[in-house]
Amino acid sequence: YPYVTGTSVVGVKYKDGILMASDMGASYGSTLRYKSVERMKPIGKHSLLGASGEISDFQEILRYLDELILYDNMWDDGNSLGPKEVHSYLTRVMYNRRNKFNPLWNSLVLGGVKNGKKYLGTVSMIGVHFEDNHVATGFGNHLARPILREEWREDLSYEDGVKLLEKCMRVLLYRDRSAVNKIQIAKITEEGVSISKPYSLRTFWEFNAFRNPTVGAEGSW
Amino acid sequence: MTKQHANWSPYDNNGGTCVAIAGADYCVIAADTRMSTGYNILTRDYSKICKLADKCLMASSGFQADVRALQKQLSARHLIYQHQHNKQMSCPAMAQLLSNTLYYKRFFPYYAFNVLGGLDTEGKGCVYTYDAVGSYERVGYSAQGSGATLITPFLDNQLKSPSPLLLPAKDAVTPLTEDEAVDLVKVVFASATERDIYTVSSCVYRVL
Repeated sequence: YPYVTGTSVVGVKYKDGILMASDMGASYGSTLRYKSVERMKPIGKHSLLGASGEISDFQEILRYLDELILYDNMWDDGNSLGPKEVHSYLTRVMYNRRNKFNPLWNSLVLGGVKNGKKYLGTVSMIGVHFEDNHVATGFGNHLARPILREEWREDLSYEDGVKLLEKCMRVLLYRDRSAVNKIQIAKITEEGVSISKPYSLRTFWEFNAFRNPTVGAEGSW
Repeated sequence: MTKQHANWSPYDNNGGTCVAIAGADYCVIAADTRMSTGYNILTRDYSKICKLADKCLMASSGFQADVRALQKQLSARHLIYQHQHNKQMSCPAMAQLLSNTLYYKRFFPYYAFNVLGGLDTEGKGCVYTYDAVGSYERVGYSAQGSGATLITPFLDNQLKSPSPLLLPAKDAVTPLTEDEAVDLVKVVFASATERDIYTVSSCVYRVL
């Protein structure tokens, strides 16, 4: 069972690669215990992994991947594991653990670019996996994906992509109780990975719907 | 000591419907492209069809991770077969292999509802239909998955397959032409979509 958990991760494909966003919070049940947890990490040269769910399981996954990348580098054969391969590896690991009834309690988002081909995929804790133009975990599935379905287009520019992700993260911040207003946006392109410094989103709490949520339906929430 | 039982389930139903129809010298296999969990849609274009051998396609609905594992297992076994026998596996052979693979996990099943379609050794269309633990039967047409209950009666009506209990054994393949069968499949998916939330009318179909 999960103890310390991270909330959603959202990822989109854009013109030059993949953009991924997550906040830096980790909750201990209903306490927002840790507020500087990096839930996105680069993997090898070509991939970026974001995780929600149990943080300790995420750290263990990072250890598995470290070993995987180490062996890949030791071959020294000019080939390096691309995002598709890492995704496949993670899928097998997650599926295997669920087969032993001891799952890694995470939902992972794996994005990357290799040889010009962009890849964005996700794996859940029971091994369900797929790739798509935009993915999200946890609450992001409910709140962010509808926004992305409406507003995602092929060949988003970097600025548009960031704006889109910020919009999703803002909605999550308003409506997900385990979200924290300290987010990072990670970008991965053919050149490599860059994870932004943490920053806060501007929020607006004076919406009429917030001030008066039950207008038209007194007595409801 | 109280026994702690899992409050999470290792299974999930990712939905979807698969259909296959066998003809005199062709076989149509189709599967919809929606993958869902509970009331959410995970993705809108995921293909549930896998080419196992030259003349053999499998369409599976159910729990996607198990389906994928099953596809990988069978493809790997097929590769070994090719190395050992220097030829492709025939559809009936693959059918038996699938059944055995499923029964192997009888006590922790692959939550996959499969339809195998292809051409048999004589070039006639064949369709095999399975349950989750491997019992199978060669039929003239089949539907599996969330929309199966909607589709099967319709196919029964349109294709009038003879009873397998008849003697002498009557051939179950349909006399329809390939185009007519493809049209039928498209129509069938359109209808299933009307009433089944897990099925969309966007579907992938392959014809052998």
